[in-house]
Amino acid sequence: MAFLGALLAQALHLALILAAAPVLTGLVRWLKARMMGRRGPSPLQPLRDLAKLLRKRPLLAENASPVSRAMPYVAAGAVVAAAALVPSFARGMALAPLADLLLVAGLLALGRVAMALAGMDAGTPFGGLGAAREMSFAALAEPALVVAALSLAILAGTTNFDGIAAAFRDGGLGLRVSLGFALAALLAVALAENARIPVDNPATHLELTMVHEAMILEASGRHLALWDYAAMLRLALWLSLLAAVFLPFGQAPAGAAPHLWALGLLAWVAKMAGLALALAAFESAIAKMRVFRVPEFLGAALLLGLLGAVLLFVSTGLA
Amino acid sequence: MLTLLALLAVLLLALGAAAPLLARRAGRARAAFGATAAAGLLIAAAGLAGLLGGPAALDLPLGPPWGPMRLALDGLSAWFLLPLGLVSAAASLFALGGVRAPMAPRRLLPWPAFLAGMLLTVLAADGFTLLLGFEAMSLASWALVAHEHAAAENRRAGRIYLGFAGFGGLCLVLALGLSAGGAGDVAFAALREAPPEGWRAAAVLGLVLAGAGSKAGLFPLHVWLPLAHPAAPSHVSAAMSGAMTKVALYVLARFLFDLMGPAQPFWLGAPLIALGAASAVIGALRANLEEDSKTLLACSTIENVGLIAIGLGLALAFRGADLPALAALAAGAALLHVLNHAMFKTLLFLAAGEVLHGALSRRLDRLGGLIHRMPWTAWAALVGVAAAASLPPLSGFASEWLLLQALLAAWRVGDLAFQIGVAAATALAALAAALAAAAMVRFWGLVFLGRPRSPRAAGAEESGGAARLALLLPAGLTVLLGLAPGVMLALAAPALRLMAGAAAPSAGGLVVGAAEGGARYWPLPVALLAAAAIGGLWWLVRRRAPAGVARGPAWDCGFIAPPAHLPFGDPATQPSAAGFAQPLRRMLGESLLAAQEHVAMPPPGATAPAVLRAGFADPALAALEGPLPRWREALASRAERLRDLSIRQNLGLTFAAVVLLLALLAALEAG
Repeated sequence: MAFLGALLAQALHLALILAAAPVLTGLVRWLKARMMGRRGPSPLQPLRDLAKLLRKRPLLAENASPVSRAMPYVAAGAVVAAAALVPSFARGMALAPLADLLLVAGLLALGRVAMALAGMDAGTPFGGLGAAREMSFAALAEPALVVAALSLAILAGTTNFDGIAAAFRDGGLGLRVSLGFALAALLAVALAENARIPVDNPATHLELTMVHEAMILEASGRHLALWDYAAMLRLALWLSLLAAVFLPFGQAPAGAAPHLWALGLLAWVAKMAGLALALAAFESAIAKMRVFRVPEFLGAALLLGLLGAVLLFVSTGLA
Repeated sequence: MLTLLALLAVLLLALGAAAPLLARRAGRARAAFGATAAAGLLIAAAGLAGLLGGPAALDLPLGPPWGPMRLALDGLSAWFLLPLGLVSAAASLFALGGVRAPMAPRRLLPWPAFLAGMLLTVLAADGFTLLLGFEAMSLASWALVAHEHAAAENRRAGRIYLGFAGFGGLCLVLALGLSAGGAGDVAFAALREAPPEGWRAAAVLGLVLAGAGSKAGLFPLHVWLPLAHPAAPSHVSAAMSGAMTKVALYVLARFLFDLMGPAQPFWLGAPLIALGAASAVIGALRANLEEDSKTLLACSTIENVGLIAIGLGLALAFRGADLPALAALAAGAALLHVLNHAMFKTLLFLAAGEVLHGALSRRLDRLGGLIHRMPWTAWAALVGVAAAASLPPLSGFASEWLLLQALLAAWRVGDLAFQIGVAAATALAALAAALAAAAMVRFWGLVFLGRPRSPRAAGAEESGGAARLALLLPAGLTVLLGLAPGVMLALAAPALRLMAGAAAPSAGGLVVGAAEGGARYWPLPVALLAAAAIGGLWWLVRRRAPAGVARGPAWDCGFIAPPAHLPFGDPATQPSAAGFAQPLRRMLGESLLAAQEHVAMPPPGATAPAVLRAGFADPALAALEGPLPRWREALASRAERLRDLSIRQNLGLTFAAVVLLLALLAALEAG
């Protein structure tokens, strides 16, 4: 019975996050437009775009290999698998034992490598340029993510999402300076991973600045739909991850009754809306960085994460 | 079992001795490589049997005057027989596929001797046998590195390699002597009886790190590796990167975990962690900047050896701090990575060899688009690339996940300085792993994707048969090892008990876990989940979207049409190896590797092309090549003076030396 409940929660979670991803991206775009004084398209516009792209036949370069056709599925599939693991409204889902922070980072890396390879497949200059930049930024974002995980692992004793969330809710960790640093590091990583301002501009096709868009310049039709959907899902995943780790309030505990799920669902929607608002406000207020300033930005995130861990060592050493 | 292995080593040596006869006909040379492939499989099977059965020991009826040569097979050596055997088998198969005509004996002769040397090193149970095997391995591999001595760069590689091999052997002799102490018995059993303490332990650690570490490619003694590994034939490169560095790590582990005894302080692991982290980052960064496929892979070997060294150092620290479960976790991560890296690096080197054979170049700037001409090689190499980039669910991710979990738990050792250092090492290990992913994308993308960059690459041919089998064997094992790390850790239990005093925590068929109650990694369910997600997406998209694709020319950003002699487009409109490396060269290379770039832009209106010159200098090589030759010159000119001494002075010198040695002996006896 408990297993059936876990399975049901898992299925609900997956359906929820898969459906919410395009709407969330649309919401962020709409909020940004509003803040900039424009009317903005409806938040449902990304769904319509996806449906339109799916109807079109893809156009591939003459010398494109099977890589161009397979990698959209690999990248989107890896993100879907990662999204299935990050808890949203309830803990104790069927896949919860698998849900590990480092594994999610690995699955996202799988999606990233698939995208970089697809970008290099046609042999055009922009694809290679985007791939080189994307992999370089990831090389700096990864240590910041792992160092943030270090603080969490020390406090919670595990890198499992349920374990971290449970430790935050029940363990009485309270507010710690280290957590603030870890949050700052993770926020910077999230911005870099999702190609948001100030690292990359999701709305640009300006040749000199694009990173993410440069790799999928050759994609069209269903392939482009998959790339776009993977990007939307990645944004939803990261916001959900931040909510699950740092704002686990309202989450239904493992084996809870469905009415707690409803509560958790409401809390999750509120958290995601709040984070989307914060993201839109941040992106409206700040300018994009020059490409070679990004290492400083991510290096600062890494140092903040390290500082958080060191503070933790000192404080536990004194206590 | 041991008798069989000893016989196998003798047979390999005999095969080497018969090489001048065997190399004369292509068929016989093929048979010789077939025999070494079979020997490799036998060695791996013996390792498996050694892990499942108990330890064994054997005294050979020959040896130096002071005692017999001793062999032993315990958990640790049995584990290292696995990569040794499997790598030998795959590399020999590849060499077999490459034999087309009678070959020079100097290409065949050292190969069985190289394998026998590695086998002897792993099986040795006394210092003499260990050194004999180690030196045979060094010498035979040197002969293989220098086999194409017509090229000046190969001669340079061979010279530097020989220097490092001599230095490493010397350090190991001194380490053995220091461990043996006054008694002078170098049998491992005797060494275990009297483990070194205090300054002696620190000195042995330093000497072993210099001796075995230089052979394994640990920073700052790694500089020979990117020179020597690519100079050898591809199957030898694979064996040097896949197996020889592992044998060196085995010697390191044998000294630090077994011969120095369990009662060592935790800080003994710190230098290993620091050097490992430095090697990992420098190796991974260099792999991103190199423009030669095999040099790139050799640099990636430095990175992986660094990661393994971090694991070994953590295990040493945990054991010293009396945390056996965590020590088993770290040691398990290191051992698993030994096997995983041996497999995927062999695969990648053999794929690079296949590319060299098919497209006649190792330079990334002369390859490209090979996925169309060499599909088997390309897809097999993709498995290796994904494992080297530590992507789930392949083998590299499993061992690096375990290593990161060990690093995340390292704060439990308790010392504040150690905790801060390990936090930095955690960041460096993650940086190295992500840099490795970037390097692997660059390698695979530039070689196999895009358009051909040279006519040779456009007309590349793939060879089938044994060479293809040699690629598929490590590729299949990379997938299997990625799905079943729990099985492998359970298999490694004897080695882990020897190293850490405990078995790996919660290692079962499907799962590997950090500590009790900690995070777990389930590779098979994760693979199934990812496969289900990909399959589900494919099914959904297929239902909605029209089938098939249309083809059109790639948009090349408005470049003018290529001239008629470039049917595959102008290679200059594709990313080049130096261009792809540009972001990392600017972000990290300038500060860590003194990288420079210089763009020569012609004045407006001139028709000369713009030229980008990019380069870097490994600081370790610069430090070595600067003062060392000066010292050698100074020493040589001093030594020259001895030749002018009169006979009286010569006799006096000899007498003084004898008196000095006697005095030393007397002092040692008294002490």
